[in-house]
Amino acid sequence: MTNTEVLIHELVEKHGKTRNALMPVLQGVVAREKFLSEEAMIAVARELDLSAADVYGTASFYTFLDTKPRGKNILRVCKTISCHMQGKDAIIRAIEDHLMVKVGETTHDKKFTLLTANCLGWCHKGPVLLINDEVFPSMTPEKAIEIIEDFSKKTN
Amino acid sequence: MVNLKINNTPIQVEEGTTILEAAKRLNFRIPTLCNHPDLTVAGNCRVCVVEVKGARLLAASCATPVSEGMEVNTNSEKVRIARKHILELLLSEHNADCTKCFKNGHCELQELASEYRFGDHIFIDLVKAKDKIRDISSPSISKDASKCIRCQRCVRTCAELQSVCALAVANKGDHQVITTFMNKPLNDVVCTNCGQCINRCPTGALYERNYIEDVWHAIYDPNKFVVVETAPATRVALGEDLGLDPGMRVTGRMVSALRKMGFNKVLDTDFTADLTIMEEGTELLTRLKKALVDKDETVKLPMMTSCSPGWVKFQEHMYPGLLDNLSTCKSPQQMFGALAKTYYADKINIKAENMVVVSIMPCTAKKFECNRSEMRDSGFKDVDYVLTTRELAMMIKQAGIEFEKLEDGNYDSILGQSTGAAVIFGTTGGVMEAALRTAYEIITGNEVPFTNLNIKPVRGMEGVKEASIKIKNTKPDWNFLEGVELNVAVAHGLANAKLLMDAVNSGKANYHFIEVMGCPGGCIGGGGQPIPTSAEIRKRRAEAIYAEDMGKPIRKSHENPEVTEVYNEYLSHPLGHKSHELLHTHYKVRNRY
Ligand code: SF4
Ligand code: SF4
Ligand code: SF4
Ligand code: FES
Ligand code: FES
Repeated sequence: MTNTEVLIHELVEKHGKTRNALMPVLQGVVAREKFLSEEAMIAVARELDLSAADVYGTASFYTFLDTKPRGKNILRVCKTISCHMQGKDAIIRAIEDHLMVKVGETTHDKKFTLLTANCLGWCHKGPVLLINDEVFPSMTPEKAIEIIEDFSKKTN
Repeated sequence: MVNLKINNTPIQVEEGTTILEAAKRLNFRIPTLCNHPDLTVAGNCRVCVVEVKGARLLAASCATPVSEGMEVNTNSEKVRIARKHILELLLSEHNADCTKCFKNGHCELQELASEYRFGDHIFIDLVKAKDKIRDISSPSISKDASKCIRCQRCVRTCAELQSVCALAVANKGDHQVITTFMNKPLNDVVCTNCGQCINRCPTGALYERNYIEDVWHAIYDPNKFVVVETAPATRVALGEDLGLDPGMRVTGRMVSALRKMGFNKVLDTDFTADLTIMEEGTELLTRLKKALVDKDETVKLPMMTSCSPGWVKFQEHMYPGLLDNLSTCKSPQQMFGALAKTYYADKINIKAENMVVVSIMPCTAKKFECNRSEMRDSGFKDVDYVLTTRELAMMIKQAGIEFEKLEDGNYDSILGQSTGAAVIFGTTGGVMEAALRTAYEIITGNEVPFTNLNIKPVRGMEGVKEASIKIKNTKPDWNFLEGVELNVAVAHGLANAKLLMDAVNSGKANYHFIEVMGCPGGCIGGGGQPIPTSAEIRKRRAEAIYAEDMGKPIRKSHENPEVTEVYNEYLSHPLGHKSHELLHTHYKVRNRY
């Protein structure tokens, strides 16, 4: 068994073999691997006796269940109207320049993937940057770069 | 019982009836797109909306059960406007190039558009903004996303009727699409090519890969000798696409039409259905002997039929552990091709390389089957082109043949004669019945102990059927079967097959022989048959099949004189050397996504 298969097997042991287990199992895989590979979705389908298309269909519905390879840290800048009016474009531009990637891309060292997100519920403190599960409100371009640098140091 | 009024007409219906069904009983037709009588309710397209007195919102009639005192209006101003808007919204993102569409004239969306006579778009035209992704990877099934209205009939078909789930809904909002695992080409995923989704797709988003032009081309080519074979189930359904009622038998007219179209010989897959029974029946008896007498533990029982290519591919993907249980017999279509380009070509003095074999099938999976690399045992592609019943109907129209007025024709010989046992291959239980008629007689010398040879327990539309036949008074060669209770099971539709396979795998089932047909109802409900389909239509086609059987002078495969002749002149005996070379095959394990 590959590492992924072992992980999925453990997750299924924990959450059960019913269809209800699909979401927590997929979330568990993403928590560790950052995205759902073909191999992972096929293994989940096999473990839960679902079709792989079904697993893919479910995964593709949720923005946070990625099916494309992602970096070790996922940066999401809110792109919705409040954050837009509070300057999300400048944040995105600063990150793009700093990491030398465009939205949707992953850095060469695989440390970061830059994405956008829809409203994160922090409209009163925009613009908002989400790094993995952590929210960073009231961003300025400088602060964003600083935080990203901190993450960069913590990631090997 | 519930009392309600629809368009001011009172009606009483059972509790749980939907407004749609109740209205139908009063002959008020409400348009539908996502609803289908074979599938669960989805309620996602909303064209079936009606006004219920006192309710603020319009109700989707397919998804709303009646209630006491309800007053329904199916054609109020509010309903009409809503329905038109819903359709116009669908069309605003629909690539409506009807004149180039394979479903032209057979499309539910087009029909509604023609009823409502829309003028110019009132909504923004979104068609240009959409990607036009057409998947023509499969030799059987084509998929054009620009025609899809996301009604999800195909998704439900593939899941509920077939347990394959090759198709799923992916993404959300305006990005929602019907797709495969990771958007892979259909030919690379678990799709069995059964075509059941095509039969239920209300638009041209799913349609068969068609070979109409290739076949005309072959017919017009003076250097080609074009032979056509027709499957059992085509003769009880073709008429539906040519203006006749479901259940009409058109065997003779179909033969005449094919001859008028210019085929050099009109032959019958039913002939090789009889031959299949000889080979498969012998294979079953051989397996039983090896298992019961020789105690050979490598012999796999239950033996399973292999004439349905959708079912075969299903096994290859889903139950690779049971591949050795599949009979090694090729399907009748492929046996025909292999014999046509060897024995038959020799006999009529035609070079095999100049022969083109076309087969008319109720089936889309047969298109895939004839392209399998295993199906070239004659040294050529055994069957060149497979046309669905629907494609044949189109060609008959193209040829300007007035089908209804045709006189009955007869099949050419040899490879044209068949028995009633072959005809019933076309419906669920038929292969089993045909095999039992022959096997029982080989073993005992007596006819099967059922009135008129009609083995009723394996007939009908129940999902899984079982029967046991006690073998009595065996001939000396077969006395190891004396008193044995032969247990058989029959399933149709792959969801039912899955139930049966799980029972076999769990060790709970104790069968000797299993028949599976990939499509609901068997071939009569095949993915290449005229659209629409419903339980009622399938029932009428099945009745026609049994009527055809009863009308045949010979009703047992082993009594087919042409089959005897082919064994005498060429094959020598069932499972013989030549048979192995030409009529048998093997299977391969495939991925499970
Ligand atoms: S799917 Fe129907 S409406 Fe659409 S182009 Fe084809 S025939 Fe016309
Ligand atoms: S052809 Fe059959 S198996 Fe393939 S997608 Fe359609 S319903 Fe599913
Ligand atoms: S492909 Fe056909 S059946 Fe499937 S969702 Fe689209 S329109 Fe409906
Ligand atoms: S708009 Fe950005 S958090 Fe709500
Ligand atoms: S037919 Fe009722 S919602 Fe589609």
